Amino acid sequence: MSPLPTIPSSEITPKSVYQARPRGSGAFSRRRFLAALGAAAGASGLGACRGVTGGAQITPVRPDGTAIMPMAQAATDELGDPLTSFRAITSYNNFYEFSTRKEPVAELAQDFTTSPWQVEVGGLVANPGMYDLDDLRSGFDIEERIYRLRCVEAWSMVIPWSGFPLAALLAKAEPLGDARFVRFESVLRPDEMPGQRSGGFAWPYVEGLRLDEAMNDLVILATGLYGEDLLPQSGAPIRLVVPWKYGFKSIKSIVKIDLVEAMPMSLWMDSAPSEYGFFANVNPEVDHPRWSQATERRIEGGLQRRPTLMFNGYSEQVAELYADLDLEEWF
Amino acid sequence: MVLRRRAATLHGIALLAAAAPLAELGLRLAGGLVFEPVEAITQRTGQGALWLLTASLACTPAYTLFGARWAIPLRRTLGLAAFAYASFHLLSVVGLDFGFDAALILTDGMAERPFIVIGLSAYLLLAPLAVTSTRGWMRRLGKRWKVLHRAVYAAICLVLVHFTWAVKPGLFETWPWVLLIGALLVARVPSVRRSISALRHRRRSVPDEPIDPARPRSGGEAPGES
Repeated sequence: MSPLPTIPSSEITPKSVYQARPRGSGAFSRRRFLAALGAAAGASGLGACRGVTGGAQITPVRPDGTAIMPMAQAATDELGDPLTSFRAITSYNNFYEFSTRKEPVAELAQDFTTSPWQVEVGGLVANPGMYDLDDLRSGFDIEERIYRLRCVEAWSMVIPWSGFPLAALLAKAEPLGDARFVRFESVLRPDEMPGQRSGGFAWPYVEGLRLDEAMNDLVILATGLYGEDLLPQSGAPIRLVVPWKYGFKSIKSIVKIDLVEAMPMSLWMDSAPSEYGFFANVNPEVDHPRWSQATERRIEGGLQRRPTLMFNGYSEQVAELYADLDLEEWF
Repeated sequence: MVLRRRAATLHGIALLAAAAPLAELGLRLAGGLVFEPVEAITQRTGQGALWLLTASLACTPAYTLFGARWAIPLRRTLGLAAFAYASFHLLSVVGLDFGFDAALILTDGMAERPFIVIGLSAYLLLAPLAVTSTRGWMRRLGKRWKVLHRAVYAAICLVLVHFTWAVKPGLFETWPWVLLIGALLVARVPSVRRSISALRHRRRSVPDEPIDPARPRSGGEAPGES
């Protein structure tokens, strides 16, 4: 049942190896493509500016200036696909609370306050509680899970998260008999989140899972990636990761977890019900109204599309949850 | 001579401005700042086409409402630049996104994403306008040239539908464009045009431009109305 085989320390890839590994393959690898474009820019005289805009960070740093040392316990996911680089994961972010564009998020989010942070667990539970982030970090066993993240926009990454199973926290809260769903809420902090100041969405961000989905061992509350604490643009300090669902289900910067009886209304269901359903399982056979979900493009994986896998490749662990469900109707 | 030099300068500026989106994209790609190159190229070239087509559409009202005679020859330059961007945009969708796979374009593209069909229709409307933008074609088509080139109004409307459909609902990225382009189209309605320029003339009774004796008033290209 465990999605991730235990990795003996002898198999841990040294950082020098995975950082030096060329990404992409085939004639259309991103690196070759960019090199060709770079050469073209150079030939046309634009190359003179390259040193200025090509400020690619070699050593990523935290807001306080100390170096980030991304470390993962493996170089690939269980299907053999390489991890997406730390830089890409922390630079290409869908986080509408900061910006509807992906590239500006990291900078807009850099001063976001993630400490102190509390998560309230309540609703239909016998044991409600207010947890300090430090209590969550020390109270549960943090483990690394390498998961594919498939965005509803048809791009994907492979991310080494660190976190703990949501089931462990829910067990502590002791859901009551009539609890059928889990409702998650992100922080509402318009003074720090410019996207929450503009209209268009009913902030705060809300997501939900059916209780049996939430109890599945694949679902984690992540507090880090690449062995480092989450950066604000990745949903710091604590976020949900549900790898078999489209990325928008994996709600970021969580402050509230409630057990409820009725299916929660998520922000996306509320603003575009024909496009975003409650389940949002990755499914190559059920298309988004405006594009196909049959294929996806892997970030840093070259220009070629790759086939999207049913339940994002996690069928073995989750297909049984939906044995009785019409996935076309409940998209 | 003076007129020609000024026209050359204006065209130079227009072409530099037209190249800016491509240059910006090239620098970001070369600097490793782009994580989804296909998306970035497709979006930037599409936006470039929209900006330039809008700028081209602004030239006529700039003249009819504000007397900016210099804007008229820029119409063609900006319109052709817009068409070049639209061509890059189409090429990036067909080539980069779909890998020139005709079957995939038909099933995954046209059938699944109706906004692609709308965008393609706009492109097919613009193509004959680009081809007939030369003086030779203007002469050959005579009065029909102007009628043909009114297709740009249909094209820009299709472009707006294409753009609005392509972005997520709840984002209001397109409404400033709808307003701006709507205004540029309304400004062409004869009664609107007349009342705006009458208002302007009543307020300022001085001529639009100081009379320059070295410059013939009726020279260069004949300003059209479309």
